[in-house]
Amino acid sequence: MQINKEKKIKEIDQEIEKLKELEKREKISLDDAINALMERKKSLLNKLDFWDRVFLARHPDRPYTLYYIENMFAEFTQFHGDRLFGDDLSMITGFAKLDGIDVCVVGHQKGRGTENKIERNFGMPHPEGYRKAARIFKLADKFNIPIITLIDTPGAYPGIEAEKRGQAVAIAENLKLMFKLDVPIIACIIGEGGSGGALGIAVADHIAMLENSVYSVISPEGCASIIWRDASYAREAASNLKITAKDLIELKVIDHIIKEPAGGAQNDPRLVYDTLKDHLKNIISELKDKENLKAQRIEKFRRLGIFK
Amino acid sequence: MNWFSEHINIKSLWIKCKSCGSSVFQKAFIENLYVCPKCQHHHFIPVYERIAMLADKGKFKELWEDVSSEDFLDFTINQQKYSEKLSITEKKTGNRSAFIAARIRMNGRNVNLGVIDFKFFGGSMGSVLGEKFFRLAMDSIKRKRPLVVVSASGGARMQEGIMSLMQMAKTSAVLSLMDDAKIPFISVPIHPTTGGVSASFAMLGDVIIAEKGALIGFAGPRVIEQTIKQKLPDNFQKAEFLQECGMVDMVVHRKDLKDTIARILGYLCK
Repeated sequence: MQINKEKKIKEIDQEIEKLKELEKREKISLDDAINALMERKKSLLNKLDFWDRVFLARHPDRPYTLYYIENMFAEFTQFHGDRLFGDDLSMITGFAKLDGIDVCVVGHQKGRGTENKIERNFGMPHPEGYRKAARIFKLADKFNIPIITLIDTPGAYPGIEAEKRGQAVAIAENLKLMFKLDVPIIACIIGEGGSGGALGIAVADHIAMLENSVYSVISPEGCASIIWRDASYAREAASNLKITAKDLIELKVIDHIIKEPAGGAQNDPRLVYDTLKDHLKNIISELKDKENLKAQRIEKFRRLGIFK
Repeated sequence: MNWFSEHINIKSLWIKCKSCGSSVFQKAFIENLYVCPKCQHHHFIPVYERIAMLADKGKFKELWEDVSSEDFLDFTINQQKYSEKLSITEKKTGNRSAFIAARIRMNGRNVNLGVIDFKFFGGSMGSVLGEKFFRLAMDSIKRKRPLVVVSASGGARMQEGIMSLMQMAKTSAVLSLMDDAKIPFISVPIHPTTGGVSASFAMLGDVIIAEKGALIGFAGPRVIEQTIKQKLPDNFQKAEFLQECGMVDMVVHRKDLKDTIARILGYLCK
């Protein structure tokens, strides 16, 4: 939701608190007033539009990949580096246990606080990030370990060094590679699904989105500055692009939506990782004995496209 | 005014090179495949002339030319609907999509050829491009013919939203099948190839042949300049620079393109 909407809700919460204190202190009943405020809050929360969701997907307190890893899995063992150039800290890769099941986990990682944000490059990988992911995908495939990817990036980094080291090649090769893996791949967009940078680890047998995440071919700002030649048309661009979980399930681009608590994942992260964990367990058990996963994955993506 | 300037339109007879500024006789310019004979700058070449330059004379059969785009998102820019812009573009270009798929012969060899038309929405990749690419590659596998795709594209078709992003995966999916079938795929990125097309099939060629001077990259130069807030070096993202960085197999002059592709196919096709 937008900042002013979030502020309003906080103010209502504070008011409710005050009224409750008053009730205790003065031993009177203020139920009517409190209920009225609750209703107002509810109606604000129910009216989340696509632009609120862009705000929530980028919310500074939104849980990031490592948070989910720490809370959903046991024995997480991180692997570093692409064995070609370096270790990209905006991409996390490793193995872990999901209630006893071995899984491979790959995800974008954003930072919190200026220093950490820069260290994680705002969740925007360089080619070595995608190549690290590729290396770990192959490792998982070799030892028959299902892959879970968590997507949260504004996009792959657009810079001189990234171009020199082949950003386009790195992403393209991941796309093809992911159609060659025999193990199940399950993807979940947990925040921002930014274009090719997201897709580079999001080719999967099953794709879920958190309710307030977004997934788009281009950021609303980028689209606005290209098409309208003015980034301030971002809202208009977002409305045209159709980037919410609800839009994407209608287009059959994703398979499932994970509910979030009122006002966004940051309000009750535990509820979100519990739901996501159950979902992942269900899908893994559904996919683990399926034959011909690779062919079905290709077929799933072949069907995507609308034309006449 | 003399007789000559009254009867002959001088302007249309001479072409001014965008790069070196010299005037070139139009006929010579076209015969030289739209390459400036003085400075060798490669100018834009219309899509069907590109095909004529690659296919043996008369050996060209276009496929699925009626597959066309749909405005399924109701995408509207300043009151202009995508569907309206599509019909205008279709009329202007005479094509129904940005991707020409064809079976051709190239120096006597059967080849499946795909060419992106940059004049059609900047060669952007939407559902139709992805679908025709997929079909053409499947046809290559079925007929055991190599696939050659010439790309010039600004990236994904924004007016098709997420579906255009999915075409990156779709085109890469069929290339994994090409690998299994051991059917060669030669990618020829020409000026300019960026975004979703470069980050999918254009950089997945078994062999990648870049045309001289072509701009090839993931992000466009404007986006990079805005991100890093500095001017980019002159040759940055040019074909020659990509060869230096190890991203393309070779950089080829337009006049040598057909023979180079045919020679490489000689190695790859058994």
